Amino acid sequence: MASAAAPSPKANMGAPAPRYDARLKVTGEARYPADVAVANPAFAVLVTSSIAKGRIERLDLDQARAVPGVLDILTYENTGELKPAKFGQGSSTSIQDLGPDIFQDGQIIAVVLADTFEAATEAAQSVKATYAAQAPSATFGSQGLNSEDAAKVSQQHEHLPEAGDAETAIGGADVTIDGHYGTPTQHHNPIELFATTCEWTADRLTVYEPSQFVYGLRNGVAQRLGIAPEKVRVASHYVGGAFGSKGTMTPRTAMIALAAKRLNRPVKLVATRDQGFTIATYRAETRHHIRLGARRDGKLVGYAHEGWEISSRSDPYVVAGVEDSAQLYAFGAVKTKVNVVHADRNTPGYMRSPPVVPYIFALESAMDEMAEKLGMDPIEFRRVNDTMTSPIENKPYSSRSLMACYDRAAEAFGWKRRNRLPGSMRDGEWLVGYGCATAVYPTHIGPAAARVRLMPNGDVRVQIAAHEIGNGVYTVLGQMAAERLGVGLSSVKVEVGDTRLPPAPVAGGSNTTASSCSAVLKTCDAIRAKLFHASVTANDGPLAGRNVEELTLTDGKVAASDGTGENLADVFKRLGMSTIEEYSEFVPDGLEPDAVADLYAGKLTMTGGPHGKKVMYAMGAELVEVHVHSQTCEIRVPRIVGAFAAGRLMNTRTVHSQYMGGMIWGISSALHEATEIDTRYARYVNDNLADYMVPVNADVKDVQVILVPEVDHDVNPAGVKGLGELANVGTAAAVANAVYHATGKRIHQLPIRIEKLL
Amino acid sequence: MRPFIYERAPSRNAAMQAVTAAVDTKASYLAGGTTLLDLMKLDVMRPQHVIDINALERTVHGRIELDRNGLRLGALVRMADAADHPDIQQQYPVIAQSLQLAASQQLRNMASLGGNVLQRTRCTYFRDVSYAACNKRNPGSGCAALDGFNRMHAVLGTSDHCIATYAGDFGHALIALDASIDLVGPDGTRTIPFAELHRLPSDTPDQETTLRPGELIVSFTVPAAPWTRRSLYLKVRDRQSYEFALASAAIALDQQDGTVRDVRIALGGISTVPWRAVEAETVLRGKAIDEDSVAAAADAAFVGAKGHGHNDFKVELGKRTLSRALQQAAALEI
Repeated sequence: MASAAAPSPKANMGAPAPRYDARLKVTGEARYPADVAVANPAFAVLVTSSIAKGRIERLDLDQARAVPGVLDILTYENTGELKPAKFGQGSSTSIQDLGPDIFQDGQIIAVVLADTFEAATEAAQSVKATYAAQAPSATFGSQGLNSEDAAKVSQQHEHLPEAGDAETAIGGADVTIDGHYGTPTQHHNPIELFATTCEWTADRLTVYEPSQFVYGLRNGVAQRLGIAPEKVRVASHYVGGAFGSKGTMTPRTAMIALAAKRLNRPVKLVATRDQGFTIATYRAETRHHIRLGARRDGKLVGYAHEGWEISSRSDPYVVAGVEDSAQLYAFGAVKTKVNVVHADRNTPGYMRSPPVVPYIFALESAMDEMAEKLGMDPIEFRRVNDTMTSPIENKPYSSRSLMACYDRAAEAFGWKRRNRLPGSMRDGEWLVGYGCATAVYPTHIGPAAARVRLMPNGDVRVQIAAHEIGNGVYTVLGQMAAERLGVGLSSVKVEVGDTRLPPAPVAGGSNTTASSCSAVLKTCDAIRAKLFHASVTANDGPLAGRNVEELTLTDGKVAASDGTGENLADVFKRLGMSTIEEYSEFVPDGLEPDAVADLYAGKLTMTGGPHGKKVMYAMGAELVEVHVHSQTCEIRVPRIVGAFAAGRLMNTRTVHSQYMGGMIWGISSALHEATEIDTRYARYVNDNLADYMVPVNADVKDVQVILVPEVDHDVNPAGVKGLGELANVGTAAAVANAVYHATGKRIHQLPIRIEKLL
Repeated sequence: MRPFIYERAPSRNAAMQAVTAAVDTKASYLAGGTTLLDLMKLDVMRPQHVIDINALERTVHGRIELDRNGLRLGALVRMADAADHPDIQQQYPVIAQSLQLAASQQLRNMASLGGNVLQRTRCTYFRDVSYAACNKRNPGSGCAALDGFNRMHAVLGTSDHCIATYAGDFGHALIALDASIDLVGPDGTRTIPFAELHRLPSDTPDQETTLRPGELIVSFTVPAAPWTRRSLYLKVRDRQSYEFALASAAIALDQQDGTVRDVRIALGGISTVPWRAVEAETVLRGKAIDEDSVAAAADAAFVGAKGHGHNDFKVELGKRTLSRALQQAAALEI
């Protein structure tokens, strides 16, 4: 049954199978890591620093220890056995110690352990820390920042895009744009809090923790504890939202493991909402300077983009989104530079579409300004600069359907009703604006291994340590196996999120479906090959002597094109087997053959995006209508239409949901979200879900998703482009461009709030 | 959260007795709990004795009464019940709207009207005990908001000791409509104008109300008046729902032949206490509601308003909110 949430599949699209975990989640049957019952747990509550820079002078624990039920308190004085962990090796930060030196607001300085959560909470509130505080540097504009060239401090970004002589091209252009843009700190705020339960059985440790990379976490924790990774199991069967915040190991995990060891008892931690702002990562605030040059006819001739990104004092976290933005249009000459700006903050980290969200906001705002200056419709301006060849090294696109997306979206939206003049459209007391922007996300792929078992009755089990972060991975992996093994989806049992299973990459960079489906596909094909071989080589069988190329596996039958076939059970009988189980490793083109061995060791390499012989991107077009009140300037988004193309879609329902959620988050980025900082203390102010604003249902009116068919055989065997991080890209620019169209005011700094329009 | 004694009071007298017995320790009444429990978890409020008065909902404390003399709202009436009451919606729309536009449905179902007018500020520096400076929480310690992040803070009724915004909406509707408030305490009952319930922060921001120790709100009385039907509550905020006001206006207008016979105005989101804009009312009396008169009223309402940086915009936004609300009220079909 087709519905808005479950669109009918078009070409190269899979059925909108309902999510395997949907019912389990709404009925509470799905066990998130903090729900896993362990025997006689002790409860941990964290104490965090109230300064951002300085040193603990005194930690008074007497009152805390006197609370009945308190068992132990970890501080810097008794956690010396934990090995250091450096940022960038699967670890979120180099700031791992509980003191005495303080490098960030909200650094963990004590872990209180007690028989009950209540006692641990009371005792934690009774810990008294005295500090020798120093003046911290909070963010852009603060004293004492130090800035470095990203190319010099980040191996990953050694070679930023460059083409031709951009200075000359822009200097000699007919029309130019020169603008400065900015995006704020944002926190992921998944509904599931940062939780860790650790349980030791003799010298073996089990960690129940929501994770986007169980193998990375296993190896990271083992390293910090100084034990062999094989002694550690990480289980994370459901993740209640992550958005990047659960992709790297944070300092708490090793602390809880150590606490459980000291107490010889399982220990359970669920950190508070405000602690989540400082004990994990966040999207760094950024600044951008963009220059564009174009000919009168709208052809771009040059693009220069310099970015600045806040990081911690110790770590060079940087996303350098110019790597992707520079591929987007036929820019002509390109010049890019990125700076890491170190402040006294916790280390930022991946947050949904890390590189492109800030950089594409800046670029797509500048594109709108250029279209305006040229007197062109912004969609037509993009059409003039559409290309099948990247301006960087002239690499071809593997596929690209940007203008098809714009055309479909424009038609559904009624874009032709747009009066180009800013401030010209009105609905009663409300000013009306239409705006558009491009969504883009690099197609990533990584190595993965999978084990698949087929039974004679058609029951299938798929095992792969992929991660169910709300992406629907249980369902799409089941669909892939069901399709290749010719059984119904309900016959397939999928197991993910556990280091007992073969490894898969981090659920990041939107690679999961591409990588894991490619591994499952390869493994299922090995089973097919075994079955087909048995069928054609059996002298007495109906398919004896047939060519395996003409065989199919459907509805529990091996069959030839003329309809001759035999049941699975008969093939199994002939093989003399009760079960066929295959394990295989998938390594994408362009990666080293030992990539899966690295994955077992918690090390991940990915490829794709701009890095291969062809550039690989999923794309989309987003069109929004905003209303701004003519007197009081409230900004509302009554309508948004997004059309997207991302290769093969495994499941139109999960895809629709990802796109819809992405656009809503984009509205949030445009109008609501920002972590506010008290710059005197470098501390987060609105560290709770009441004050950290996200849209509520009343803010989200009409969200329309259009799935544009696209076929791409180059990206990976599954033909899938990652799309989980596509639809929240560009939305903020589309909203900002619509606000300009409504009011005549360009807002270059997100979020767009009332005071900026008064 | 700290250990505390929880007690259910089966009657008003029992509540009084419990609070009197506990008077040397720190005692708190518990109704909906939507402020108290939050602040206990945050370690901001540390009552040692919590007296649950929800059983009084069956008495006059939980009743809504409406007749030609006015409206009487029991203090234990839930926000949602008053907001959804058809007669209140029709005859006192500003009251229904101020409640309907506050909080979320879940909170409105729990929160009592008495608790609502006593809700504490949302100032982050008040709600986060890791900030040492907060004169409201810790008298004499200073005010971290004065030079801190103060976008949501007040521009009217502030002092050098506190700029925390009064977070409620309903209170502004009550003060606009000249409501009074019935109290009962260990020493008996009394009635005071609602406008006398809250105290300006001045140099004692920790003392927020004129309630005496152990005193309990029984009910609110709103007198019938010619302006209550042409009334409304306009709330301007960063999102459509579940968010506090950046600026709001409660308007009640008695208008004849295009001229203002009388008007009642209160302003929210911009002040430290429920805020009656008497000067703006004076400007408008006897005039027509038009662009000039509402602009003059808005200017009058914000004489003396003072921003502290991030919240400077609230002066202009407050004026525009008031202007828009007045024009809307004048145009209402009733």
